[in-house]
Amino acid sequence: MSIITDVIQSTKAIIQGMGVTLSYIPKRKWTVQYPEEPVTVQPRYRGQHLLHVDENGKEKCVACFLCAAACPSECIYIIAKDDPRSPAERTGVDERFAEVYNIDYGRCIFCGYCVEACPKDAITHGYNFELSVYNRADLLKTKTDLLITTQLQSKNYRVAFSDEDVDSEYKEV
Amino acid sequence: MSTNINLPPQLEVIDRPLDTQMTISMGPQHPSTHGVLRVELVLDGEMVVKATPDIGYLHTGMEKLFEYKKYQQGIVITDRMDYLNPLGNNLAYVMAAEKLLAIEIPERAQTIRVLFCELQRIASHLVWLGTHALDIGAMTVFFYCFREREKILNLIEAASGGRLTPSYFRIGGLMMDLPAGFESRVKQFLDGFPSALKDFQKLLTGNRIFQKRTQNVGRISGPDAIDWGLSGPCLRGSGVQLDIRRANPYTGYEKYDFEIPIEHDGDVWARYLVRLSEMKESQKIVTQALSRLRPGPVKADAPKVVLPDREAMKQHMDALIHHFLIVAEGFDVPAGEVYHPIEASKGELGVYIRSTGGPKPSRVHFRGPSFVNLSALPDLAQGAMIADIVAIIGSLDIVLGEIDR
Ligand code: SF4
Ligand code: SF4
Repeated sequence: MSIITDVIQSTKAIIQGMGVTLSYIPKRKWTVQYPEEPVTVQPRYRGQHLLHVDENGKEKCVACFLCAAACPSECIYIIAKDDPRSPAERTGVDERFAEVYNIDYGRCIFCGYCVEACPKDAITHGYNFELSVYNRADLLKTKTDLLITTQLQSKNYRVAFSDEDVDSEYKEV
Repeated sequence: MSTNINLPPQLEVIDRPLDTQMTISMGPQHPSTHGVLRVELVLDGEMVVKATPDIGYLHTGMEKLFEYKKYQQGIVITDRMDYLNPLGNNLAYVMAAEKLLAIEIPERAQTIRVLFCELQRIASHLVWLGTHALDIGAMTVFFYCFREREKILNLIEAASGGRLTPSYFRIGGLMMDLPAGFESRVKQFLDGFPSALKDFQKLLTGNRIFQKRTQNVGRISGPDAIDWGLSGPCLRGSGVQLDIRRANPYTGYEKYDFEIPIEHDGDVWARYLVRLSEMKESQKIVTQALSRLRPGPVKADAPKVVLPDREAMKQHMDALIHHFLIVAEGFDVPAGEVYHPIEASKGELGVYIRSTGGPKPSRVHFRGPSFVNLSALPDLAQGAMIADIVAIIGSLDIVLGEIDR
């Protein structure tokens, strides 16, 4: 007897489950067709770093090594250099600048400690997250890859407005 | 002469090929062991005679790593232990350090901590529910669970910048205050969540197939559960009402009004029901935390430990000096030992820190709930059918990152 009730109840359960599935068909879609459609990232998202320049195009970094000291995975490598030229000719805002500024993305854990540490707002997290490469050595990014003026930006993301809906990236069909 | 060599029990079984028993290895690449867990199963036909979990495939030496990092740098390591409940891990670690330093945390920071821990608990339970049902064969729930979790991850991302590894809590407060408009976004999530829970109920709770797969499977009695040291939903599923949020309140949980759901059967089904009700309770706590949010500071007044405000750092020399010292050299933590337990999504998560002074801990140890809960697997699995093993492992809700550390 119990096997018959089991069969009936199981069939009922399957029909009920199908009902839930079917009820979702006309509703909004919850998947994003990345990379055809851009992914939405939040304003505070921690992506690939950006080294900033001031309004005159001078690098803001003064090579104080604070970011390297804060980094838990020890992936920032800096060589500081003095630039005795006049302020107009210099590379950076200050006499001292980072001649080499490397971040090893094979080690970086995107924790944001370097950004928090920088007293000059010279380094921030950008939104770039497409960092995969074919060769492990290419994960080492140099100053050219990081400077805001020369960094290649992906087209596959969009930054959300801070007051946007939680589910704004999902579209009505 | 004598053939009575003392073989370990497993070898004894292999030694007798005509015997009905056989030893097979489940994992470490099995999809339903939730990570790289290997279970050595001794089977008699379809019945499990003995199940021995074999761990260590994900061992990364994280606890040792703490000894080489400054206190504030340790927070990012905790994210990577129980990666489904990173904010809970952050909280346990920072609270243990704050206990050593004897810092008072401002009201707003405490409320935000509660808010995020409960959101994270819902997210963690959602992953458990989705994967547990998936293991058993109910695939649909998985997608809806991950849809809801996505919303929570978006909220966590909006506040901290990280989705899986937020590191949002800092020793002495928070990384930064909530972004503008955050409260209304949490409300939006809370509005949609009950209907999602109803869908899960419809798909699983009333489902005869799911009931048959889970009821009377992997039973453990209350006293046994205590003896094995189980905690969290696994313990409460066996009728023991113990929740650290109530028994030993921290970050102001004593001010919130919530129930501690318990079930008495101690089987996979009971643990399922407990976690489902827990999500509802967490939702209640989040609602209360939202209504308690008042403007105020989110960092403690401890200039030697907490990074100064960015504007102050750029304007005042002393703030800049503190900033440099904290980042470059860390802060001295008084010598001593401390243990701080919290109720993580999987059970009692305790952090033990031993300090001998200086900016780095001399030993950090985690009492991971997954590790202790997994130790009961041999007892739960004995006599079960092999197909039930996945249900039992799923119901323990383990995360291998925390087990192997
Ligand atoms: S994000 Fe973290 S790991 Fe990466 S460079 Fe900055 S401090 Fe280092
Ligand atoms: S990026 Fe900032 S913290 Fe790092 S060396 Fe340059 S100025 Fe100093």
